[in-house]
Amino acid sequence: MTSLPDTSRPGQKKLGLVIDLDTCVGCQACAVACKEWNDQGWSAPLSDIDPYGAQPLGVWLNRVHGYEAGEGANARTVHFPRSCLHCEDAACVTVCPTGASFKRAEDGIVLVDPDTCIGCKLCSWACPYGAREYDPDQGVMRKCTLCVDRIYNDNLAPEDRVPACVKACPTSARHYGDLGDPNSDVSKLVEERQGYDLLPELGYKPVNKYLPPRRRPVGEHLAAMDSVGEEGNSLTERFFRWADKALSR
Amino acid sequence: MAEPKVAESLKTWDEVKTTTCYMCACRCGIRVHLKDGKVRHIEGNRDHPVNQGVICGKGSAGVQQHYSPARLAQPLRRVGPRGSGEFETISWEEALQTATEWLAEVRAEDPRKLAFFTGRDQSQALTGWWAQQFGTPNFAAHGGFCSVNMAAAGLYSIGGSFWEFGEPDWEHTRYFLLFGVAEDHSSNPIKIGLGKLKERGAKVVSVNPIRSGYSAIADEWLGIRPGTDGLLVGALIHELLRAGKVDLEYLARYSDASWLVIQDPDGPEHGLIARDEEGRPLMRERGGRLVAAGTSSGLADLTGEARLKDGRRAVPVFRLLAERFLAEEYSPAVVAARCGIPVETIRRIAAEVAHAAFEEAIELDIPWTDDKGVEHATTRGRPVSVHAMRGISAHSNGFQTCRLLHILQLLLGSIDVPGGFLYKPPYPKPPPPGIRPAGKPGQVKAGQPLPGPPLGFVTGPEDLLVDAAGEPQRIDKAFSWEAPLSAHGLMHRVIANAAQRDPYGIEVLFLYMANMSWNSAVNVPDTVAHLTAKDPETGDYLIPKVIYSDAYAAEMVAYADLVLPDTTYLERWDCISLLDRPISDAQGAADAIRQPVVPPDRDVRPFQDVLLDLGARLGLPGMAEEDGTPLYPGGYADYIVNHERAPGVGPLAGFRGENGTAEGKGAPNPQQLERYIEQGCFWRSELAPEQRYYRFANPSYLDWAVERGFLPKSEGITLQLYTEPLQRFRLAALGHGDIQPPNHHRARLLRFFDPLPFWYQPLEEETGDEGFPLHAVTQRPMAMYHSWGSQNAWLRQILGWNSLYMAREKAATMGLSDGDWVAVESAHGRIVVRLALMDGVNPDTVWTWNAIGKRAGAWNLAPDAPEARKGFLLNHLIGELLPERAGGYRYAACDPITGQAAWYDLRVRIRKLSAEEAVGQSKPQFSVLPLPPGVPGRAAVRQGRKETV
Repeated sequence: MTSLPDTSRPGQKKLGLVIDLDTCVGCQACAVACKEWNDQGWSAPLSDIDPYGAQPLGVWLNRVHGYEAGEGANARTVHFPRSCLHCEDAACVTVCPTGASFKRAEDGIVLVDPDTCIGCKLCSWACPYGAREYDPDQGVMRKCTLCVDRIYNDNLAPEDRVPACVKACPTSARHYGDLGDPNSDVSKLVEERQGYDLLPELGYKPVNKYLPPRRRPVGEHLAAMDSVGEEGNSLTERFFRWADKALSR
Repeated sequence: MAEPKVAESLKTWDEVKTTTCYMCACRCGIRVHLKDGKVRHIEGNRDHPVNQGVICGKGSAGVQQHYSPARLAQPLRRVGPRGSGEFETISWEEALQTATEWLAEVRAEDPRKLAFFTGRDQSQALTGWWAQQFGTPNFAAHGGFCSVNMAAAGLYSIGGSFWEFGEPDWEHTRYFLLFGVAEDHSSNPIKIGLGKLKERGAKVVSVNPIRSGYSAIADEWLGIRPGTDGLLVGALIHELLRAGKVDLEYLARYSDASWLVIQDPDGPEHGLIARDEEGRPLMRERGGRLVAAGTSSGLADLTGEARLKDGRRAVPVFRLLAERFLAEEYSPAVVAARCGIPVETIRRIAAEVAHAAFEEAIELDIPWTDDKGVEHATTRGRPVSVHAMRGISAHSNGFQTCRLLHILQLLLGSIDVPGGFLYKPPYPKPPPPGIRPAGKPGQVKAGQPLPGPPLGFVTGPEDLLVDAAGEPQRIDKAFSWEAPLSAHGLMHRVIANAAQRDPYGIEVLFLYMANMSWNSAVNVPDTVAHLTAKDPETGDYLIPKVIYSDAYAAEMVAYADLVLPDTTYLERWDCISLLDRPISDAQGAADAIRQPVVPPDRDVRPFQDVLLDLGARLGLPGMAEEDGTPLYPGGYADYIVNHERAPGVGPLAGFRGENGTAEGKGAPNPQQLERYIEQGCFWRSELAPEQRYYRFANPSYLDWAVERGFLPKSEGITLQLYTEPLQRFRLAALGHGDIQPPNHHRARLLRFFDPLPFWYQPLEEETGDEGFPLHAVTQRPMAMYHSWGSQNAWLRQILGWNSLYMAREKAATMGLSDGDWVAVESAHGRIVVRLALMDGVNPDTVWTWNAIGKRAGAWNLAPDAPEARKGFLLNHLIGELLPERAGGYRYAACDPITGQAAWYDLRVRIRKLSAEEAVGQSKPQFSVLPLPPGVPGRAAVRQGRKETV
């Protein structure tokens, strides 16, 4: 079994994502950008099995699901991107028999070392969020790395040192930063928009946060407008008199 | 245990090259990462005006498109029967010689016998010109089934249009109305814009029968019944007029609201605009004097009657408009049930729109002077914007419905003002632009070019391409009495017409990037039959020769006699030209190039190079010297730099002139492409703040546009509430004028060619069988807007097959359950599909994802791929023709004004299949297409690779 680093000290860096369900249109940009970057970076390859056949199956570190929720005026279609939440109490780490699954002390990122992963899948059973995917071709477990090979990568321009999904997102529904720092942009965003944990009752303390749909400004609830002009005449007459007067001003 | 070390600074590329994406029609800037000469990673270009660094799912999957095992590898010649997919590989020289021989024969005899149609072509400035130089009027791209209703309605009304020629002012809009858009047209720019609107708390209202895509994040979703958007908009207009929430000053200054319309019911000019001796429209000054438009800076009368010098009555356009929409038929109470939207909701939306436009009006601190010399201390904006696309355009009432949207915008004063709809340069242009289609009798001559472009804007019967008997001159019957304003042609009619020799037979059908035997055809089984039909007497194919160019083994390949394999988008030069479909944004003019990022690894050639090569071999003017020497030996790149459409005006507007500093106009610059590459493969010229609004009447902008060759003269443009050209067709139908329609067209012209927009029931519904109670439409899937990506290794994992979606509530009343296999029948056909239930759909509508179904064997997918076995197309259900009218004539199932294919008019019924019938497979199934020779096995797939450096 693998132990977690002590992340209780104040100022502990907790890198993660903040995902805005108010603006996610379910376009899959994040999912494919992730697949593309990580198919050739530190996590590579993300195998595709039978890619042109009857049952194409591949490894993805981020998937976007669509649901319908609510009823009547509150009914909506929700698009929900799902990836590793880099939990503080990551059961996927403690369950690992080889130490391949680990949480980094310096920034809290949860990773899998493919060199020591034996593909036993215990971690995917332990993860309540379904965030890990087994690569049958490589025999190892894959998961979101928070693009650990982008965020510190000296070969990239500083503004590009963000996870591929964040850079790609066209509606700016994905934000990346240090959720351990209460003054970071992401922490402020979570504060302002009442960001929440996924399934907090399970106690894994996910670092990633989701922002709920904004309260919709449906109707400043304006009443129907009154007609111009004097009653008793036809709508057209009333309108023409009004228009004539308005133009004379 | 020590924490494992992670290589955090891997460099997984040797170099990065910029170019332009082609995974859909957005034309985003991309940065392609290369390692060992291979494409490894594609990301968005932060500097690029279209996508500003973001990239969509399709764009990122471009690497799989580039290495797709469906790529054609060599030119092919058909050896088996057409449709069998049996080919032999041939050399390029042989292929080009064959094509030249076929084409030369046609050109020498009758150039009309070549029908050259391109699909999702981003080089129409070249392909259209090539057709013109060849001498055939039979050219168009795919606009006839895509968006010609939007383009034509916009260009005839406001001199711009949704998407291509304008966009919402994302920075200032307070209220955004989105009609009939799932996630397409455009993709990234709208997503970026929606992100901004949500951030600012602007209200987003989506009007769409289906709550997918952008509708999912709208603040309010109106699940309208398909084809009734025009009624809803009419009711909003009714409410705004009734409450006096219209911008009279804007209308009086910038539109034709004050222009006088002749009221002389039996006369030859009834309904035309009254004009002075110089042809200038007349209006009445407040006080009574008639003056020519543009000669007075005062506000004109908008409502009163006038008496013309000759005694005829005339009334302002605005009066006619107000009378129409204040009528009871457009009141919310009358339209609500038909649209499926509650009357209170319609009234509230109208009140919200009025509130945003007039109570939240914007005043930018930008003083400007208009073209009449009136000084404006600030720039006023009405922050209501509208965007619309397929859900409006693909109905047979789409042109008039889109016109209604523009009327709504005009009444609010929200065209080209802060917070409203903003033009993208080189628009606005005068409505309509001054290009007329060529191809009248006498203009098509053996061995000669056409005297003008094959596509243009018709302004009256005299511009039609018909003979003395009123018969069509084009194979697709564009610009005929059947579809007079068909500015994009009718690609969807070409194959059927050619096979039926109606109006005449052709010799060569030449298609590029147009999957016309599958998802780009309505009525696929009949289209396939037309492509393979033979003359019983001669045994020859009715369409004798088919040339097809595509990069991939699409379904259409099997129906070609000669296949010219194209490159992928990463292996070619291209230009995204201002002469064609610009990538400009509201604040600047922009164009772009593609550069070959990697060389082709197959025996393929860029289609545009091939086209220029064929042009030179055929000796087409502009492509070869008198002695036959090619004028562009360097192919398309050579053409892009050196071709001049007018003196100093070429395909690219940037870095012109000898020192590369001229914009728009300037001598060809041999270093132009290098300069584009240095700048990230695009060029952009930004407008000064005082040039960004009211551009139809803003001399500062107009002068800028003239200097760059975007407009012929610096003259104000009057926005058109009234489409006078339509009235000219009505007058002809009434018997006025020398150019007369055949009798069977008269009633149709009188009914639909109303110069003021109105709503009418979609034609299929009107004439269709009562037994088809449901509407059936498609939506664009998020990750596959533009179907050519469906065989993509990654994207097909996201969506590999489609169900037919239906409202849960509705299904319950029909005894249907999620997962049932059902038969879907229309007046034209029957398909078998799997049903899925959902809540967010109009109860009278069923829908599916567009173009996911593939034919077995096509695209180098396994024959048992889910796309083929479970996926399906709605296309099989869509008829090409409407039922017979009195007199036996059958019109195409199109918008009667523009000829736009009305594939959203479809009506169906649904029946649950018995257990024996439901075999878990969609129907119809077609025979399996074999792989063309030279295409590698499916194992030849790109796989990721771990970097160790």
